[in-house]
Amino acid sequence: MSRKIDRRKAFQLGALPLLTLAILYLIVAAVRHAENPADRIIPLPGAMAAALWGLATQPDPLTGSLLFWADTAASLQRLGLGIGIAMAMALLVGLIIGALPPARATLGPLVVGIAVIPPVALLPILFIVLGLGETAKVALIVIGVAPVMIRDLAGHVSALPAEQIIKAQTLGASSWQVILRVALPQAMPRLLQATRLALGPAFVFLISAEAIASDVGLGYRIFLVRRYLSMDVIIPYVAWIALLAIAMDMALVAADRRLFPWAHGPRS
Amino acid sequence: MSALLNISNVWVEYGDHIVLEQLSLAIEAGSFVSIVGPSGAGKTSLLRLVLGQERPTRGTITLDGKPMPGECGPDRGVVFQRYSVFPHLTALGNVMLARDFAGAPLLARLFGRRRAAARTEALAMLAAVGLADAANLYPAQMSGGMQQRLAIAQALMMRPRILLLDEPFGALDPGIRADMHGLIRQLWQEQQLTIIMVTHDIREAFTLGTRVITLDKRRHDPHAPHRYGATATYDLKLKPKPAIAHAAAVAVRTGTETT
Repeated sequence: MSRKIDRRKAFQLGALPLLTLAILYLIVAAVRHAENPADRIIPLPGAMAAALWGLATQPDPLTGSLLFWADTAASLQRLGLGIGIAMAMALLVGLIIGALPPARATLGPLVVGIAVIPPVALLPILFIVLGLGETAKVALIVIGVAPVMIRDLAGHVSALPAEQIIKAQTLGASSWQVILRVALPQAMPRLLQATRLALGPAFVFLISAEAIASDVGLGYRIFLVRRYLSMDVIIPYVAWIALLAIAMDMALVAADRRLFPWAHGPRS
Repeated sequence: MSALLNISNVWVEYGDHIVLEQLSLAIEAGSFVSIVGPSGAGKTSLLRLVLGQERPTRGTITLDGKPMPGECGPDRGVVFQRYSVFPHLTALGNVMLARDFAGAPLLARLFGRRRAAARTEALAMLAAVGLADAANLYPAQMSGGMQQRLAIAQALMMRPRILLLDEPFGALDPGIRADMHGLIRQLWQEQQLTIIMVTHDIREAFTLGTRVITLDKRRHDPHAPHRYGATATYDLKLKPKPAIAHAAAVAVRTGTETT
């Protein structure tokens, strides 16, 4: 249980299941292609690379844009806006709910109420009210992830030791000053943690919204080419989404370590 | 009476549960009062009363002759056993915080010349508690003793009328604890503080205090343990012993600084 695994060893061990999976895929693909060279369900790596290369370098005859990059930019913009708004809301509302008991009594039930609604069930309402444009998609991400983040942050803030608040008051702090200098800075690392956990659901809502009504985006493309059984596009796109998610997660971890060294124990 | 803090006929009750009953104390400026007593005898309740965190059910508390405000205020400093310093600020930031609060109501952060002045003051205070070299460390990088030194420095920036210590050295090793005794005694004398310290350690209570108060229940009903509250059962005024203690304190301090 308490065995220490060093970095290199951890890397090797972590690569093992991934490699196994890749080899397994190759075997299955090879077997299927030996039987039927025109197989589309389990494409060979070469076919996937060619399909992705085409999307990334050849302009689409209809729109004149490089589809892969246009899809990526559109999706990242929606995701970034949604996550950004959700973070701002979590910080603002979470701090207020966590720090001020009257606000908790007033807003707590509302946040819980919104949090228990499955966000995708709200999607038709969002499309009707906000139209089929970007706003509805961003709104879905915000509604999907913000309530959880708000509740997490509020819980963290209200769990700050009472001694800290009293100490701040004996140092002459007003309620506003306590929020600004004691609660807010200690909520920031937690906000990044909450955002990391929200990334997964945010991608789910992004892809759902794009699948239902869109004309560009990673999710849109996957659901579009599904009609032609184009697994050679779908699989690289899914891998790309996974890569993007991992990169964002790593960026958040790095930002957390760099910006809030005090929150990570006695090292550094 | 010209006592700094007057507690007269105070009761603290939570429903049927009586914690303190008929407690009367007068605490003079410049005294070092140790409060001892068994667990559940209302030591912490008394501290919370003086801190303003709680109000008495009956009776009055006056500070400087004026009724005690019902909120924690800047005239009473406090050091708890734990969580007394802010983990997200360096030692310097923790000590400067008092000036930030006082000087910038809206931003709670000073800038420019006023910040430089607060910084100088805070560095001097850190040096006074023996943390001159630790100004840029975060509490997580400090030992328990250093954190308590920092908590004391932070509280003293307010020049509080009364400094309340809630088992401040309870979580420290014996050696560190002796250092801290020397430090608090020296600060008490140099800055003419009035200190009320709650402790479990009877020896600590007698070595540091000029006055030792024990809280306990006068009557006890085994069928209704909460029926009777605690009050001051002993109130011992000790002979002043500054000379020896001061010498010891200096010895301890120079000892820690050379190591």
